[in-house]
Amino acid sequence: MTEVLPGRAAARPDAPAAVLDIRDLHVDYGYGADPTRVLRGVSLTLHRGEVLGLAGESGCGKSTLAYAATRLLSPPGIITGGQVLFTRPDGERVDILGLDDPALRALRWRDIAIVFQGAMNSLNPVHRLQVQLTDAVRAHRPGLSRVQLAERAAELVELVGISVDRLRAFPHQLSGGMRQRAMIAMALALEPQVLIMDEPTTALDVVMQRQIVEQITALRDRLGFAVIFITHDVSLLIEIADRIAIMYAGEIVEQGGAHAVYRTPRHPYTRGLLTSFPPLHGPRRELGGIAGSPPDLHHLPPGCPFADRCAFAFDRCHTEMPALAPTAFGDAEPGRLVACHLHDRESAALPTALAVRP
Amino acid sequence: MAVDTTTPAADEVAPVAVRDTAPSRLLFLRNLKVAAGTIILVAFTVLAVVGGRIAPYDPDAFGPAIMAPPSAQHWLGTTNLGQDILSQLLVGTRGVMIVGFLAGGIATVLAVIVGVTAGYVGGVTDEVLSALANVFLVIPALPLVIIIAGQLPDGGPVAIALIIAITGWAWGSRILRAQTLSLRRRDFVEAARANGESLWRIIGFEILPNLTAIIASSFVGTVIFATLSQIALAFIGVTSISEWNWGTILFWAQSNQALARGAWWWFVPAGLCIALLGMALTLINFGIDEFVNPRLRSTGRYARAMRRRGVAARVGFTPVTRVPTEGTR
Amino acid sequence: MKFLARRCAFYALTAWAAITINFLLPRAMPGDPVSALLNRYQGRVSSDAIGALTVLFGLDAQGGLWEQYVAYWRLLLNGDLGLSFTFFPTPVSQVVMQSVPWTVGLVGIATVISFALGTLVGTAIGWRRGTWADVLLPLTTFFSAVPYFWLGLLAIMLFSVTWDLLPAAQGYDPGLTPGLNGPFITSVVRHGTLPALTIVASSVAGWILGMRNMMVTVTSEDYVQVAQAKGLPERRIMFAYAARNAILPQISGFALSLGLIVSGTLVMEMVFSYPGVGYVLYQAVSAKDYPLMQGVFLIITLSVLAANMLADLAYALLDPRTRQEG
Repeated sequence: MTEVLPGRAAARPDAPAAVLDIRDLHVDYGYGADPTRVLRGVSLTLHRGEVLGLAGESGCGKSTLAYAATRLLSPPGIITGGQVLFTRPDGERVDILGLDDPALRALRWRDIAIVFQGAMNSLNPVHRLQVQLTDAVRAHRPGLSRVQLAERAAELVELVGISVDRLRAFPHQLSGGMRQRAMIAMALALEPQVLIMDEPTTALDVVMQRQIVEQITALRDRLGFAVIFITHDVSLLIEIADRIAIMYAGEIVEQGGAHAVYRTPRHPYTRGLLTSFPPLHGPRRELGGIAGSPPDLHHLPPGCPFADRCAFAFDRCHTEMPALAPTAFGDAEPGRLVACHLHDRESAALPTALAVRP
Repeated sequence: MAVDTTTPAADEVAPVAVRDTAPSRLLFLRNLKVAAGTIILVAFTVLAVVGGRIAPYDPDAFGPAIMAPPSAQHWLGTTNLGQDILSQLLVGTRGVMIVGFLAGGIATVLAVIVGVTAGYVGGVTDEVLSALANVFLVIPALPLVIIIAGQLPDGGPVAIALIIAITGWAWGSRILRAQTLSLRRRDFVEAARANGESLWRIIGFEILPNLTAIIASSFVGTVIFATLSQIALAFIGVTSISEWNWGTILFWAQSNQALARGAWWWFVPAGLCIALLGMALTLINFGIDEFVNPRLRSTGRYARAMRRRGVAARVGFTPVTRVPTEGTR
Repeated sequence: MKFLARRCAFYALTAWAAITINFLLPRAMPGDPVSALLNRYQGRVSSDAIGALTVLFGLDAQGGLWEQYVAYWRLLLNGDLGLSFTFFPTPVSQVVMQSVPWTVGLVGIATVISFALGTLVGTAIGWRRGTWADVLLPLTTFFSAVPYFWLGLLAIMLFSVTWDLLPAAQGYDPGLTPGLNGPFITSVVRHGTLPALTIVASSVAGWILGMRNMMVTVTSEDYVQVAQAKGLPERRIMFAYAARNAILPQISGFALSLGLIVSGTLVMEMVFSYPGVGYVLYQAVSAKDYPLMQGVFLIITLSVLAANMLADLAYALLDPRTRQEG
């Protein structure tokens, strides 16, 4: 591999440096006078080599956040504020939103790649697999010969466990699991620093899911990239993520280490999400669920967007928007953030369900 | 022209797309193109009804002014026999409209019957009906119409309309079959079948209402085809020349060397009328297309809105404006 | 290959249908115009020819319908389509075959130019929306509504009568001898320019609109977004990802519209007196030359079928999904 793509040493997974820093991002849908404000000042940091899980219901904005980071949102999306800072291995930092078109094109795929859902539609139906694996390489590194490109394609499919003779196949000749693995291989073509995975396992059966998840973990260990793993399946994140961020109605409502969030949820919504999944191990538990449905983003009530569905809401919740801040336990659990008034030590008492000791 | 176009990915990333895909009825008329097309169509319909009465002269009557260019007495000039061309045009409108809409209607009914049945029933019926439609689709229409009409003793407008309908129904039936096929798999149809609703009820109440836009578009398209075909037939001289229509005017113009004599007023107005009518119908069809396919509708709207905001539209790059919008939470 | 085999079977069916329609039509129509014309030419028509016409038109038909049908097929397979009355005593097949190259040349070239031009312009407009190019849309709409032949008349009036730039009639200067010589070829090109331009002008609109709509649909597909995410150069995305997929329905639409294209060209030839199949048909209709009319219809239909097969072949080559199914 080092002959074809020289000099990308795998980053140490425990290095705390931030590779992608989203600050105060504002995204609207609609170009007219009354757009829907989908993301209203969201901030998120991804560290080098870590797997960050981004979870939430459909329509909460997790995909929007990820696509907006490289300006890939389809119309009528428009970014109206904020910064997306990307740090190169050599320490250079750029604001992706400020790059001009050629620079942005150069950054795409080489530094940040996206693994789309491997549905039939994500692969160009008229190109063979080999072409689709290497056309990005060809575009970013024009000096490579056909032989080198073919070698690279073979390396990539080997990485994800697809046999080399499938390189000449067309997308409609591949199974669903193979297509998803092909998407992953495609994303790794230029050995990017950041991999954004958009629901990579949602369309697959459970067995295939496990294989893909294991593959991703192995690849991360080997190549050292950072991952933003977007899914609505929180229990899946426990397996693969180092940190988890939970989104609701365009806000990040909780953030922290994966196991910590799983065992000790601090936000009522997180708790609701976690009790909606039956645990595979441990004692049987009554399934919870969350009453009501997500709010209409175009007509958001003032205050916390979850207030109407929250079992623990009180007056302040309906009038004042909570900020993402340390939990009620403060320094006892560093790195944990939650957007909930219940954690403001001056106001209410924290319900026991959310107060499991760290 | 799909009835349902939102993909799963679109739902994830654009939560408000759902609102946009259910336009109000008025939206159809608010579209400038459609409004223009409808106005022109209505104008021609009015002319078809009253044309005979408001024509200044009898179209067949000879007159003293031979091959005269447009003047105060003859707004569109005269033919080589002194006939007033404006009158011919006005009287001929009725023939054109009648044959056009009659043929369009018959062809659309045929297309609906064949297309929906083939799409819904499937199996051998589908194969047979599709083969039938494809045969009529591939055989070139005009030559077929010509040899049928040519071997028919002088037929009136109804006969011509029928012949055109028989050669022109196939295209619409293909589209309807494709749509019916995709509708059949939708949940509400499955539910109706599970409920034991009879075949005709399902077709009548569940499927046909969802096809109205496509049927309308197919009807309009067939009317365009029928109009052009009958004009061509009249021009060639295959149809009876006793009834006036715009093609007949062109036939006489061609036979009498109007071109060589420089009598542009003889054939230009007729052609302009055909073009206007055809354009009006095409515009209406655009409106239906945009109504049915939200992507076509929205691209124009987005482009205008973006221009107003001073944002450059580039495919594949989300626009970034740094002006903070008021009221950010 | 299954795809192509099915298509071949279909075309065989259609050919059979066209031939059978040709057989049944004169027998279904009231009156017997051919007999009347035959009487006029009595004495100068060989018994063989009379026999052929009887089979083709069912005059004083002896034997049942099926026997006539079989005899009809036998005649056709011998290439005998009867004698033309207008060009008496030239056989119909000869008359038609002489005119076919002219039509194929005119239609072929004009259609290819129109398709290519329309597809390119449609790609450009469909890719960059909201630009000045959008004004082309209402313009092309108008042109697509104009009947071919009227545009031809207009063109003649402008370019031939008013400004004596291009010839208005026939395929070549009658004074020249046909052959592969310079003056002849120049003359052919000159005479063909106006009809070809007219065909292109009125049909290009349809291709532009069709391609544009397909591009709009395709650019919102996921794989185009993936291509954007890869940072590929814009040209590659527009052509190799978007247009390459958008053109597929255009090609199948092309195959379907061949019938319309041919129809339009026929009338065009009548306007320009261009010595192609359409003009022959026009003469046949004017003179009520039924054998010629039938012969032209058959040849036209079979040619359109052949062209359709070529278009299907092109589609099969371009869309890998039609090949071995899985």
